[in-house]
Amino acid sequence: MLNPTRVLLAVALVALIAFPLTGGGIFYIQLLTKVMILAIFAMSLDLLVGYTGLVSLGHAAFYGLAAYTLVIVQPGYDPMSILISLPAALAVCAIFALVTGALVLRTRGIYFIMVTLAFAQMVYFVFHDTPLGGGSDGVFINARPLVGWDEWRLLDLNDRTTLYFVVMALMVGVYLLLRRILDSNFGRALQGIRVNEHRMRAIGFPVFRYQLGAYVLAGVLAGLAGYLSALQFLFVNPEIISWHQSGAVLMMLILGGMGTLSGPIVGAFVFVLLEEFFKDDTVFGAFAKHWQLMMGGLIVLVACFLPRGLIGLVQRRRELGEAKHDG
Amino acid sequence: MAEPGPRAPAAAAVPAASSGPPVMIVSALSKQFGGLRAVSEVSLELYVGQVHVVIGPNGAGKTTLINMLSGDLPASGGQIRLGDRDITRLSSDRVSRLGVGRSYQKTNIFPSFTVLENCRLAAQSRAPHPWRVFRRAHDYPDTLALAKKAVAMAELDGREQRIASALSHGEQRQLEIAMSLATDPTVLLLDEPLAGMGAEESARMVQLINKLKAGHAILLVEHDMDAVFAVADVLTVMVEGRVLASGSPAQIRANPQVQHAYLGAEHDHG
Repeated sequence: MLNPTRVLLAVALVALIAFPLTGGGIFYIQLLTKVMILAIFAMSLDLLVGYTGLVSLGHAAFYGLAAYTLVIVQPGYDPMSILISLPAALAVCAIFALVTGALVLRTRGIYFIMVTLAFAQMVYFVFHDTPLGGGSDGVFINARPLVGWDEWRLLDLNDRTTLYFVVMALMVGVYLLLRRILDSNFGRALQGIRVNEHRMRAIGFPVFRYQLGAYVLAGVLAGLAGYLSALQFLFVNPEIISWHQSGAVLMMLILGGMGTLSGPIVGAFVFVLLEEFFKDDTVFGAFAKHWQLMMGGLIVLVACFLPRGLIGLVQRRRELGEAKHDG
Repeated sequence: MAEPGPRAPAAAAVPAASSGPPVMIVSALSKQFGGLRAVSEVSLELYVGQVHVVIGPNGAGKTTLINMLSGDLPASGGQIRLGDRDITRLSSDRVSRLGVGRSYQKTNIFPSFTVLENCRLAAQSRAPHPWRVFRRAHDYPDTLALAKKAVAMAELDGREQRIASALSHGEQRQLEIAMSLATDPTVLLLDEPLAGMGAEESARMVQLINKLKAGHAILLVEHDMDAVFAVADVLTVMVEGRVLASGSPAQIRANPQVQHAYLGAEHDHG
């Protein structure tokens, strides 16, 4: 069915596919790869914030843990198969989510925000203050993980265009996966919890277990994004776990529109591309170094005047049970 | 008719219509809030086919009683049994899954969802399948059938696709009941379902409660005396957390203590 959001997404996807083919510069290929990784990160947070009603300010913990897992699993100069390091990274995130989730989900509201932040800060300082991952200076990864096994190669991720398309496929895959999950019994229950947790309990749902499930899934998907980021830049430092990072991804949700899956994608693109734009001193001259002021102002404006984010301009939020007419 | 004592057991008043053993047995249930004993040693039994109405002035502990029966509040003492099972310490979601449905005095629905989705979610809890993340929630015919049956029983047919917040107050009260019904309960705890309803809506709700009696053991808390006497098989009068009297409507009406403490001299419903 034709609706504005689907058209927008389809056009954007076609443009993204066409971009490298039109000879778009390496700089932009890398920038867009980074944006698509952040879009995965933002979608994973939206599962918590927009769909389950859990506002986390510590989501970067998963992003950083997965990135550092790659560093630790593959310390030498020989590339290792992605079939080892990626599952390891996701497993670390799942376990961390399971353990911390069991604690943070006993709190609500402002306490939930503060406790998730506290856990992320703990992870931050583990990597900042111990030699485990190169300390505060960060650490280089010496080789890109292989997509293949032994001598056999499926893809070469050292090729930037290949990596671009792999990340794009993963972003689309995560989008479709989450869409499907959100329409399942599990996803419907999460949305019920966001709207009325008390009644969910009264009609027989073990709310805690559902929230923990969502927390683990969100953590694993954030881990996928963090792993890809480490793989792209071959460099990891503790700043990717800092509260700035958790805050930035939350701002992407606010910009794009939470409680939709297209919103976080739009938010990630707009956030990063605007950051590049505001930082451009050919446009803003000396004022460009105050780009955060402009970004902050924009986010305030969006929060005030577009409570459904930018996606709200083209998409009406579909309520559960309503006939489908958007994506 | 012999005058019942202040704590006449409910069982004595079980009408012939209800049969079988009690499905819920509450014994000496108490709730202490700090220095306040909100509910004190309340005992009652609920039978399928019977509406047990709890009346009493504000602050008598009626809602606290329901909250303990549904697992929303932990009891301070006493026991709640569902069939052979002690459910006194179970959480509300477990109690719900064991077959105790409840409605709330203050409408407690999913306002942004459709009427059908409100009921479908409730029905989903009977066959939750949380791990089947690739099967669409709408592809469970049994769940959908249970939800639609509840919508029909609560007489909300034709409004399945309406957003719950757009319903009238009376319809929201019906939805409140429909959601409880969608969990396919044996015991129904209804907390002032008539609150804020007009005369016509109230009459419909009374009809609905009488209709639901057939398959459920119902505990009803209600202030509207016309409605109370239109549906009650057994009446329990609570005052200051205690049971003042319990018995058939006729027995309660004839009880001088009740007349004095609660119903007042002007009362002559019939």
